Amino acid sequence: MSQMLEIRWHARGGQGAKTAAILLAEAAAKAGKYIQGFPEYGPERMGAPMLAFNRISDEAIRVHCHVTNPRVVVILDPTLAGKVDVAEGVPDGGIILVNTSESPARMRSLLKLEGRPLQIYTVDASKIALETLGRDIPNTPMMGALMRVTKIMDYDYFLNLMKGELEHKFKSRPEVVEGNIKAISRAYEEVRGE
Amino acid sequence: MGKRVALTGNEAAALAMKQINPDVVAAYPITPQTDIVQYFSSFVHDGKVKTEFVTVESEHSAMSATIGASAAGARAMTATSSQGLALMWEMLYIASSYRLPIVMPVVNRALSGPINIHCDHSDTMGARDSGWIQLYSESAQEAYDNLIQAVRIAEHPDVRLPVMVCFDGFITSHGLENLEILEDSEVSEFIGEFEPEYSLLDPEHPVTFGPLALQNYYFEFKRQQADAMTKVAAVVRRVGMEFEKVSGRHYELFEEYRLGDAEMAMVVANSTAGTAKEVVDELRAQGKKVGLLKIRMFRPFPKEEIAAALSSKQIVAVLDRADTYSTMGGPIYNEVRSALYDEKLRPLTMSYIYGLGGRDVGLDDIRKVFSDMEASRTAGKVSEPINYLGVHE
Repeated sequence: MSQMLEIRWHARGGQGAKTAAILLAEAAAKAGKYIQGFPEYGPERMGAPMLAFNRISDEAIRVHCHVTNPRVVVILDPTLAGKVDVAEGVPDGGIILVNTSESPARMRSLLKLEGRPLQIYTVDASKIALETLGRDIPNTPMMGALMRVTKIMDYDYFLNLMKGELEHKFKSRPEVVEGNIKAISRAYEEVRGE
Repeated sequence: MGKRVALTGNEAAALAMKQINPDVVAAYPITPQTDIVQYFSSFVHDGKVKTEFVTVESEHSAMSATIGASAAGARAMTATSSQGLALMWEMLYIASSYRLPIVMPVVNRALSGPINIHCDHSDTMGARDSGWIQLYSESAQEAYDNLIQAVRIAEHPDVRLPVMVCFDGFITSHGLENLEILEDSEVSEFIGEFEPEYSLLDPEHPVTFGPLALQNYYFEFKRQQADAMTKVAAVVRRVGMEFEKVSGRHYELFEEYRLGDAEMAMVVANSTAGTAKEVVDELRAQGKKVGLLKIRMFRPFPKEEIAAALSSKQIVAVLDRADTYSTMGGPIYNEVRSALYDEKLRPLTMSYIYGLGGRDVGLDDIRKVFSDMEASRTAGKVSEPINYLGVHE
């Protein structure tokens, strides 16, 4: 159990948190890991707060419940800060990664996490998505930032896997593949932490 | 040995259906249908299967068309969930009384009302007396494996009964997990060709399906159905042993997890069994003698085997993701308790209804059940036999 990495994604319906959790799990599975990727299905309204989860382990995973003590939390929508307790259950030393133009220090204060021994990272994934994909879909760039801060697997290896996955999903739209790869690489470079 | 892949439970079930390559699949293509048939329809479209795919206007018609195809001698399948299974209701009984070896994955989801689309076992537990064999699955792996074995079980000459393969809605159906899959050729070799004993399309040997049988014969038909059920356990075991040779994965009527020397035992079906295994390991590490019995074959109910596995325990808690509204606890609880009645030694028993409508069941919930069991064991009696786990009261 202690070797298992658990991730909780906070987002609003339509931002692609489920897709990100599934893509991440598929990539980790290809890298030989045992995985789970699943959303908390609610009413599935666009814009409603939602959760998605990952478990990644070197051993077979048996638990089939929500992740309640994630070592890593990814927040796709910064407007959830203050409305949802995004740091709930996160153990000391845990990582909070936020899609925002704010600095990590400012985000820590907005999330009221001063004094808690958590690592805060920020990256403006929405801006990156707008510039590389033309739409505010922050999920793929956030995966690049996630690779940087968690080192789940070798980054180049991950990038290659993602390229393969995206080429499979968007066979007829090579520009989407290129845009996503650019978004992932930029977020990997631009993520900041404290 | 198999290839390891990452699939959702629905994808795994659709893949099993692709490899089974049935002659006919009839399905209602709209909610509450699962995406099993959506994936399967793309296999049909892409020419990956030779199946005649029939889209119908309701789940009632889906089962009716599957029955017609099966009676005509085809290997026929469908899939459903929740309200869809409820709408199939009267046809379920027709399928089992015609002794048709139909195999159907069922994604376990709640029944309305209130309106809910999430996991519980009310749908298949409601169909438990319809004369179908029921196999329950902890994971996408087990859903896949059970579907392949179900073909052999259903079509066995001693059995000739339909089989439901049940797995948890959303948790298993939509969650991405690792599993090992077999080669197409391994599956087709394992299941073999379907040779119907009787067929409507065999004019040399004309038969009637669905005749009138009143006071004179109806009872005899039903007696034969009940008799067929007594043959099922042996077939499930044999098919499980043969499947192990192909897959390396072991299947019994139920799974015992650290149960042998356990003093306190939990009984549960489907995905929560995995969560419970984690807690069993944790409590074992603390020196507590706890174990788990995971239900696989619920219909027919393996009463002697389960009684033998549990009678020496001090206390048994049975978790049900469905209520019977009988004031007597959940459906699995009632069967387990009844199976133990003839034993000289009988453990204390407790019923826990949990997870209705998709309420999450975490490690803490399972820990609570074991700690309740410990308290009752110490007291020597169960003061609250019927419990609702994780409900807000």
